[in-house]
Amino acid sequence: MRATLNGEPIELPEPLTVSGLLAHLGVRSERVAVERNGAVIKRARHGEEQLADGDVLEVVSFVGGG
Amino acid sequence: MAQDESLVLAGRSFRSRLVVGTGRYRDFPTMQAALVASGAEMVTVAVRRLDLAAKGEASLLHWIPQGMQLLPNTAGCFTADDAVRTCRLARELQIGGERPLVKLEVLSDPKTLLPDGEETLAAARILVKEGFDVLPYTSDDPVLARKLEDAGCAAVMPLGAPIGSGLGLRNPYALQMILEHAKVPVIVDAGVGTASDAAICMELGVSGLLINTAIACATDPVAMATAMKLATEAGRLAFRAGRIPRKLYGNASSPLGGVIGGEPARS
Repeated sequence: MRATLNGEPIELPEPLTVSGLLAHLGVRSERVAVERNGAVIKRARHGEEQLADGDVLEVVSFVGGG
Repeated sequence: MAQDESLVLAGRSFRSRLVVGTGRYRDFPTMQAALVASGAEMVTVAVRRLDLAAKGEASLLHWIPQGMQLLPNTAGCFTADDAVRTCRLARELQIGGERPLVKLEVLSDPKTLLPDGEETLAAARILVKEGFDVLPYTSDDPVLARKLEDAGCAAVMPLGAPIGSGLGLRNPYALQMILEHAKVPVIVDAGVGTASDAAICMELGVSGLLINTAIACATDPVAMATAMKLATEAGRLAFRAGRIPRKLYGNASSPLGGVIGGEPARS
């Protein structure tokens, strides 16, 4: 499926959960927060939340700032 | 003089009245040393898209000393909607705590970096309703400050001058009006350039300061963090001590009578 991840188009395997996406990206889930189509996906739901074609995804973490 | 009370923000108590940022340091070790030197108990952090190309890069959180309260900000947001989404993501990033403190910052344009009052207020109302403890960055407009307080914000954080400008407190009279009416803590956020700026704000009676660039971009950030700590404490103490009134003419501190060669004292 095709999705948008952090503003960039990306081709992802199917089916895929949020947990699967983070594993695919090599990212540890406790360090990031995930938003799918404008809504935060709680960490407890990462394993069950299925992604779909056309999803707009944001994966964020804390960085230095004022 | 009785011991000073703590800075209390939405029920959380801080002995230090200085909050510091974690941006713009040349490296993490310098940042860590400066954070420790500042004596701050709360540090701001930003929420950004994960750099997917930079896997395994040292995490910011690893370099923030244990026990420091994180204050996620919405820096870089130009609409209420983006700021609200950023806060929801920050809540998900925070370890524990269903009622996180957030620094709400909604900017108007990238050149002035001045806050957009309308969008800030709109975001504050939504975030308060969603259970956030909101610390809004705002202009030094006393009317807007009152509206943010009425919206349920846990503090108001007027600027001293634009972000990163280092111009110091440009309008002490507006700040005094905000202070006179506010029932929540007033924290000066942005504009402090050096220690005297910090002291001037604290002498006026603000509850605290939020400083990033002035420390991070100083030639010696660790020394400047120490200077800001001392200035914050000195300014606070001077405020509590009660300064003398300003007078136009001189007022001698030594007795004027009994000077040699003068008139004899009459008995």
